[in-house]
Amino acid sequence: MEAVFSVLVAAFFSAAIYLILSKHSVRMLLGIAILGNAVNLLIFTGGRLTREVPPIIGAGLDSLPAGAANPLPQALILTAIVISFSFFAFLLTLTYRAYQELGTDNTDEMRLAEPKDDPMPPLGY
Amino acid sequence: MATPSSTPVDLSAAFVMAAPTAGDWLVILPPALMITVGAVLVMVRHRIRLHAPIAIASLGFLVFLDMLLLWKVAVEGPVTMTMGRWLPPFGISFTVDVFGALLALVSAIAALAAGIAAASDVNDSGRRYGFYPFLMLLMAGVSGAFLTGDIFNLYVWFEVLLISSFGLLILGSERQQIDGALKYGILNLLGTTFFLIAVAYLYAIFGTLNMADIAMRVGSLQGAPLMTLSALFVLAFAMKAAAFPVNFWLPASYHTPRITVSALFGGLLTKVGIYALMRVMIMLFPLQREELSLVIGIVAVLTMVLSAIGMLAQNDLRRLVGYAVIAGIGNMLAGVAIGSLAGVSGAIFYALHSIIAMTALYLVVGRAAAISGSWTLEGGGGIYRLAPGFAFLSLAMLLAVAGLPPFSGLWPKIMLVKASLDIGAWWLAAGILVSGFLSTIALGRVFLFAYWRPQAAQTPDAPYGPSAMDWPSLGPIIGLTLLVTAFGLFPEGVIRLSETAAAGLLDPSRYIGSVFATGGAP
Amino acid sequence: MNTLIFRSVAPFLTALMIMFSIFVLLRGHNEPGGGFIGGLIAASAFAIYGIAYGVAAVRRALWFHPMSIAGSGLLLAALSGFVSILAGVPFMTGIWIYPRLFGVEIPLATVMSFDIGVYLVVVGAITSIALALEEKERD
Repeated sequence: MEAVFSVLVAAFFSAAIYLILSKHSVRMLLGIAILGNAVNLLIFTGGRLTREVPPIIGAGLDSLPAGAANPLPQALILTAIVISFSFFAFLLTLTYRAYQELGTDNTDEMRLAEPKDDPMPPLGY
Repeated sequence: MATPSSTPVDLSAAFVMAAPTAGDWLVILPPALMITVGAVLVMVRHRIRLHAPIAIASLGFLVFLDMLLLWKVAVEGPVTMTMGRWLPPFGISFTVDVFGALLALVSAIAALAAGIAAASDVNDSGRRYGFYPFLMLLMAGVSGAFLTGDIFNLYVWFEVLLISSFGLLILGSERQQIDGALKYGILNLLGTTFFLIAVAYLYAIFGTLNMADIAMRVGSLQGAPLMTLSALFVLAFAMKAAAFPVNFWLPASYHTPRITVSALFGGLLTKVGIYALMRVMIMLFPLQREELSLVIGIVAVLTMVLSAIGMLAQNDLRRLVGYAVIAGIGNMLAGVAIGSLAGVSGAIFYALHSIIAMTALYLVVGRAAAISGSWTLEGGGGIYRLAPGFAFLSLAMLLAVAGLPPFSGLWPKIMLVKASLDIGAWWLAAGILVSGFLSTIALGRVFLFAYWRPQAAQTPDAPYGPSAMDWPSLGPIIGLTLLVTAFGLFPEGVIRLSETAAAGLLDPSRYIGSVFATGGAP
Repeated sequence: MNTLIFRSVAPFLTALMIMFSIFVLLRGHNEPGGGFIGGLIAASAFAIYGIAYGVAAVRRALWFHPMSIAGSGLLLAALSGFVSILAGVPFMTGIWIYPRLFGVEIPLATVMSFDIGVYLVVVGAITSIALALEEKERD
């Protein structure tokens, strides 16, 4: 089961990296969204996979039933999902604003903070 | 569900039974206090008159708490508190050693300085937008990162400080800021995602996230892909710390926000990356650090030499200081590459110096631009005539950043050069010296052009003039300059503390002992 | 989205969703659920109300500014952690009390107040983002 998931994680990572290598900020954002999911799957696989028994202590019991899933990766993923979701929302808004203000989504043309014709420092008085 | 009617169970199997002392609470108080104050400031968002007094008072209290914590840790050794009473490694542990406490204290001082400086630099609309709440949450993230003993928790604090830094970076929403913030945001998010990937592998290998637990198990582990893991950690933290060749987000963004925000970022953020790099590579994976030391060393030399050349090529004062931040990172990486007690303590001292000096240098540059009316070397000038006292303070700070006596930049450089010569890495020592030489030229030129030269007749491009005696902006500069001078003139105490911190990293047995003192099942 | 059907249904839908979100929040104590998911449901309820009646109506109905709600939630969550200082146990330890109201024992815990804090943070933060985006669309 882990092997299948590893291949899936690899596919996610490849897609994410391919998209992030693009010049266009919207594609990079899509890549980042996929990257977040790739990492979540990775954590999930890293915690080893079991089937069908959720990690919930039933009423009247003191411990987890045998063969229950590992709850820690789920907690980690929940945290990571919340974080990557909020970052994605922020970056989406930022990209939209950047498109409005700068008129482009091509990162090569976003030279406002680092202008190309920045003068050299003076060499003498 | 725990109701009083259920049968009594043996709590000591799962719980820490010893009640925490008042001193133990110091471990958690800094981030908890910052979050609480941040929440209050968010609630009174519209009463902006209240923001500065509440924030500055609580930052002052934070400095006090961190001082107590450092004192306690220096006297008694590492202190641990595990959240929710669960036995470590099951609960999230906050573990503080001298290394973490030192950095927490110094960064709190830098944040206090920036908080005071913001009282004059950040205008009403910036405050309404939430400068002080973001500052509080940023400090929660920074303190939490320095004090936590759990690596996933470290990741969470990284994200807390990252998201508040986004808020601070786009404060004002000018076009330049949006451009800078986009690059900063995407590249930093990538950096923390790499960190998370590394944490995922770490968990898959060790099955634990408690750093003390990992440090204990790492020696007896056979056949695990620890080199891959370490390389991922180095990449992730190098990205956060702005090491060449993954540092291009820093010069693209650090000059765009308000100068107080730049000061905070330049002082604190990259140092959190260096802290995490040292914590993970020196304490958790010493053997892998040894293997990677050549790579880290080459990265260190390239970082500091290329950024010093970058300083020489800048006309904008803020961008020049941005490259100075990166040059400091190169020096600290050199200490990590050396890895001996002397090298690591040199790197720790350098980090302390860099937090103070970079915050101060940004504030100095901001005030200089306000006096002369220009951010550029070309357009500035005449400050020596307009404000001789301030020019004197600035000279002190420029010398400190360049690493010249009698200020604090000198000693860590000496320690690092000596440590690298001791292990025969002459090229590392040469890199530190060449980078120091080039920075001295660049910073000396700042003084010549922006201060000494008569004012150039140009239209101002920076906000014109604070009044001559503007305490909120001058006070922090004076305080930080005094601190840098004191570190430079009386370095023994700091060197001793840095050496204790380095020794604690190189031999984590006391750190581990503090976490598992209560008899946790490792 | 100003159809008559939607506008007549929206208030009921909003009320129902908020009640359901509180149910999910309280259920999260012992079973799947909790503050985060409850908060998301409540935030979507406000978003629906906003789509039907406009952002200004939501702001009026909420009374408090969404960011203030988020701030109070953060404060509540942080203070829930501090309660354990009174009991002499480490930060964030769950403290329980069992008051009897009308002969029924009601177990209350700082775990729950923490969760309510999370709920308020999520409601406040997501609602303020959603309202800000909706306001952008209108102008």
